[in-house]
Amino acid sequence: MSLKTRDDLTQLRLKCRDVVKAGGKRILVCAGSSCMSCGAEDVFDAFTKALGEKGVACSLEFELEGDRRAVGVRKSGCLGLCELGVLVRVDPVGYLYTCVKPEDCAEIVEKTIVGGEFIDRLAYSKGGLLCRCQDEIPFYSRQTHLTLKNCGHIDPASILEFISVGGYSSLEKALFEMAPDDIVQDISRSILRGRGGGGFPTGKKWEQVRRQKAEKKYIVCNGDEGDPGAFMDCSLMVGDPHLMLEGMIIAGRACGSDEGYIYVRAEYPLAVTRLRRAVEQAEELGILGKNILGSGFNFRININRGAGAFVCGEGSALTASIEGKRGMPRVKPPRTVEHGLFNMPTVLNNVETFATVPIIIGDGVDAFLKHGTAKSPGTKNFSLTGNIENTGLIEVPMGTTLRQIVYDIGGGMRGGATFKAVQIGGPSGACLTEEHLDLPLDFDSLTRIGAMIGSGGMVVTDDNACMVELARFFMNFTQNESCGKCIPCREGTRRMLEILERVVAGEGREGDVELLLELADTVTHTSLCGLGKSAANPVVSTIRSFRSEYDAHIRDKRCPAGACQKLKRYSIDPVACKGCSKCSRVCPVGAISGKIKLPFAIDGTKCVKCGACVAACPFKAVLAA
Amino acid sequence: METSIDLKVMDGIIDRYETKSSAVIAILQAIQEKWRYIPREAFPKLASRLGLSEAQIYSVATFYDNFSLEPKGKYVIKICDGTACHVRKSIPILERLRGELGLSRIKVTTDDLLFTVETVSCLGACGLAPVLTVNEKAHPAMTPDKASILLAKLREEEHNVA
Amino acid sequence: MEVKNRGMAIIDGMPVEIEGERNLLELIRKVGIELPTFCYLSELSIHGACRMCMVEDKRGNLAAACSEQPRNGMEIRTNTARLRKYRKNILELLLGNHCRDCTACGFSGKCKLQDLAMRFNIAGVRFPNAMSEPSVDASSPCIVKDKSKCILCGDCVRMCEEIQTVGAIAFSRRGSRMTIGTAFDIPLAHSNCVGCGQCAAVCPTGSILPRDDTGDVWRDLADTDNMMTVQIAPAVRVALGREFGLPEGENAIGKIVAALRRLGFAEVYDTSTGADLTILEESKELLERLADGKRHAMPLFTSCCPAWVRFCELRYPELMSEISTSFSPMHMLASVIKEQYRDVFRQVRHVAIMPCTAKKFERSRHEFSRDGRQLVDHIVTTRELVRMIKEAGIVFSELESEAVDAPFGAMSGAGVIFGVSGGVTEAVLRRVSTDKSPTALRRIALTGVRGMAGVKHSSITVDDREVRIAVVSGLGNAAMLIERIKAGEERYDFVEVMACPGGCVSGAGQPYAPQAQREMRGRGLYSADKLCNIRRAEDNPLMLSLYRGLLKGRTHELLHAHYKSSVQRTSITIRIRRGKPVSG
Repeated sequence: MSLKTRDDLTQLRLKCRDVVKAGGKRILVCAGSSCMSCGAEDVFDAFTKALGEKGVACSLEFELEGDRRAVGVRKSGCLGLCELGVLVRVDPVGYLYTCVKPEDCAEIVEKTIVGGEFIDRLAYSKGGLLCRCQDEIPFYSRQTHLTLKNCGHIDPASILEFISVGGYSSLEKALFEMAPDDIVQDISRSILRGRGGGGFPTGKKWEQVRRQKAEKKYIVCNGDEGDPGAFMDCSLMVGDPHLMLEGMIIAGRACGSDEGYIYVRAEYPLAVTRLRRAVEQAEELGILGKNILGSGFNFRININRGAGAFVCGEGSALTASIEGKRGMPRVKPPRTVEHGLFNMPTVLNNVETFATVPIIIGDGVDAFLKHGTAKSPGTKNFSLTGNIENTGLIEVPMGTTLRQIVYDIGGGMRGGATFKAVQIGGPSGACLTEEHLDLPLDFDSLTRIGAMIGSGGMVVTDDNACMVELARFFMNFTQNESCGKCIPCREGTRRMLEILERVVAGEGREGDVELLLELADTVTHTSLCGLGKSAANPVVSTIRSFRSEYDAHIRDKRCPAGACQKLKRYSIDPVACKGCSKCSRVCPVGAISGKIKLPFAIDGTKCVKCGACVAACPFKAVLAA
Repeated sequence: METSIDLKVMDGIIDRYETKSSAVIAILQAIQEKWRYIPREAFPKLASRLGLSEAQIYSVATFYDNFSLEPKGKYVIKICDGTACHVRKSIPILERLRGELGLSRIKVTTDDLLFTVETVSCLGACGLAPVLTVNEKAHPAMTPDKASILLAKLREEEHNVA
Repeated sequence: MEVKNRGMAIIDGMPVEIEGERNLLELIRKVGIELPTFCYLSELSIHGACRMCMVEDKRGNLAAACSEQPRNGMEIRTNTARLRKYRKNILELLLGNHCRDCTACGFSGKCKLQDLAMRFNIAGVRFPNAMSEPSVDASSPCIVKDKSKCILCGDCVRMCEEIQTVGAIAFSRRGSRMTIGTAFDIPLAHSNCVGCGQCAAVCPTGSILPRDDTGDVWRDLADTDNMMTVQIAPAVRVALGREFGLPEGENAIGKIVAALRRLGFAEVYDTSTGADLTILEESKELLERLADGKRHAMPLFTSCCPAWVRFCELRYPELMSEISTSFSPMHMLASVIKEQYRDVFRQVRHVAIMPCTAKKFERSRHEFSRDGRQLVDHIVTTRELVRMIKEAGIVFSELESEAVDAPFGAMSGAGVIFGVSGGVTEAVLRRVSTDKSPTALRRIALTGVRGMAGVKHSSITVDDREVRIAVVSGLGNAAMLIERIKAGEERYDFVEVMACPGGCVSGAGQPYAPQAQREMRGRGLYSADKLCNIRRAEDNPLMLSLYRGLLKGRTHELLHAHYKSSVQRTSITIRIRRGKPVSG
């Protein structure tokens, strides 16, 4: 099937809607990366099997013709509540089942699909609150889903489902009702800011590329989401790939480009598969290719896989990588909008930004401006992880406070632990503490306190987390991922890591903190690219908020959170010890001695703090302090 | 270990791409998918067909973490050390696996070419941290003990095959 | 074409006129501020990695001057307290990862890192040295590479890739594990390195140095059984003097001869004499090709430059048969000398003072051995000769000029200009031109063969036939020209190739000099030519006696090489940049 005109698409959409309306029940198995790792595939198979055994007709993909009473079984995009995977949604009622195992499927088919009953056992239930439908769960009801509106509600592998929920109607509008200038103007007016971290106004970028006279221009989508602890873009690419394709095609139309590239992180094989399939489907329907819907506009999209380099998330490194080179950022100017990919004017935005575009064009700028704050309108996706009750993928209006995210949506600290800090923005970001809980999160407020939205990874830590160790963790990451081109980042981060490793090992020296800050200053202000410029953020922000922890490590050789292995002091509780000698047998340095059946003792001067004795003791007699 | 590479197969792989230098990463990926690493024998061929020097290809191949110039194990175990996994203690899992297999940060593949253990910065499954993957199949909410059991299972499978 | 950037900028409070400077760094240096850099070289692409050239604007924003456009109204400071602190920190970080045995380094006193460490008064390094052990690749006869002295500025990589399109070395790995080297770190000698040494010429530290063979020369000089003979290449005389306080480009041949005698050389000759033989033999080849009635698709390529010959052998083996079989001037003279002293062959040692690292490779080629011995025993670069003179305690500036020795003491001006790009061609044109009037010399000089441009074209008429000529320097330009000839876009009869941009005056064995100074060297050679009473090779009376004497009937045996390419066509092709040639 190939759509030749706008009318063809409109007709197809109506037909798809009819099918959905007439259709029966649907089982949506969340196939986000977390649920997949919990066995979503097996759950999916179990459902088809259970339906077959019950003799219920089922359909596995969207069909325009076919048995309309058949129960649809689909793998959907990420439903967000990753902690409780595998998640299963039953439509049209909107029931949400959590922690579904393959063995639960027969029961769901029998009771819910056939019988129409709800199974309490599989419901979301926390703090005495039992929710049947997805919308009742506080985790969802406190969010605003724009880019995630289809995620978990449609089969991302089907372009027809996407079309049935209004997909590609913004493209229609952009192609047939708006001049390219109008599109750029709308994006400018929407104050859409790049969701990849920097927050650069997208409209301005598009405008600059649109103005360039060049034989070729490129639209590049940055799907190289490398922040450890962030998976929002992954979820979008996996859960609703057509939405970002639509955004890219609109960008192409607006800026006068006929070719796009999507650069996807290599660690996201599922995203690559989904995107490839989505591009193929769009090409088949004539939504990508030559003379799209008879508009005379041509656009094609290539998909490039990354090869494992965080720095390729930086614009010029990403384009270098597409060009087959080492992903080393280059100096600017010239800027990407002038000399980007293959030296041509290039629009480079990330997945979430492109996914927001069809929403602005479709719903209108004014509707978009109603979300978020005046200077940062719209919503932002975060991945909420760490020691929090509800980990997962969330979308909230810009300006939402940390407190709302951690406590209302996140459900508070896991097991009632004490909140300590939220690390936001990954290795480029900073730690937000108690005092920042009521800070409205947007680009500017975070920049003001020396943090960064980054791509939106949020890791919540409790008081068991050592902030020096966390800083070391990020520095280790950055140091590993530094491309090595400029001296301050290559050598500076290496030295900062050296110092931090020393500190967490109890070998810190007086003056180390000052040296760290001095190096941080140089690295921040002289590095070539954004990665280097922000590399010191985690260190500086933890020193600022948790200086006493640094001092405790350095002066007292003590880790206040009790997390640093090398600073632990092991002792044997003489009462609990039964003198079995297991500990002394596993000790690699012979630091434990004693007589059988009498309490053993650890020689602190020999102990290398490996913790082997703790694991070996059957009586929990080895104490670590 | 000497591996002889069928250069015809290599040509076939290169033929699927445009023979221009910008395709080098995609071609290296395809080669690695075929042989699980990039054999040294590939370099002269790639160089002459892509118009690059061997040093330039080596330069690209060593920049990216995903490329291996050494043969990898049949089972590639990747332990996620993203922030979420890290704060939920992924390192003890890594240490357990390395310990059981006699591997280290430098030696990542067992001599029998059965197991490769490496870390990865984030697999995007943070909700169920800590996570590890065995040849792309994810295993959520791991602990050192669960990792040992998994390893034993893989060894058993291997034993049964052999 | 872009409109030239104009306007006014204020640098450290001084108003400065912007006159089309390509970047802020050039503008700053124009006003006499030597902003420090490691990775900026005007002939290479902007790398922007060393971050030493950062400047601060009014609002306290920092930018690297090398990659910033000068803009009208711009107000910047180059030397604020902050900038000094950052520069010192960067230097300290570099020194923390660098061999600090300066006294034992062949580049001590010339090293940019050492210089800047002193300028910025780096009193100590607060980090443990991560690079205290040397990591040396001495496999190449031309250059020696020591990773422990590398600051990863990438100048060598860009030179090898952008100007020479060889790509023998590149960055490998990344971050703090990044190094510069060959594929799989194989020894340079086994790589596609052609030995041009331009990497060494641009290396700001002692990480890549021309190989030092002075020890062997001293040993031979000390052996009284040896009869030491030596020849001096044209480009050496205009580059060496500056190291002893003479003006750049001044012809110091007389003093060099005197110095060599004091070092113990019994006979001192001028490579220009050998160049005269090259001119005669190469012209003969050209005239034969022009007369053989065949339509040659490929031109006759010159053979003087060993890096070019090696490049051709590795990248274009099929073109080896199009390279002139005439020896390079060095081997012409060496061959004649060794033949002259045939009876005492075992005792005669011959040393060549060359501006070139690749000559060390040429010396060792099997094509240049006779009776199981190489024709040239040692190659000493200009830099090495400077060291030998200093080591011997010779006060160079006070030496009285001396003349070279008989029996090979005569040379033409045509032979002298071999040291600069276009010189070989001009010399050949003087030979093949049928017009032998003095004005013809001027006309030939004006045909476009002179100047530092990377690609030059010229043509003259010989026997009513237009002879089309190209002169290229820089191997990237050579590759580009060859691709165009192959594609049928150009046709030439004669092509001169010099691997080093601008010719031998820019050779890697020469003391490093920026482009303007290299031009002075070229000018020095042209004025030396003018001062010669013999301007054409065929007018050199020595030639006549040689051809009638020891060369009689033996020119083929004694003066021609047939390169047997043992190398298979390998991977050495590199993308050829189309379009604008790179000028030297």
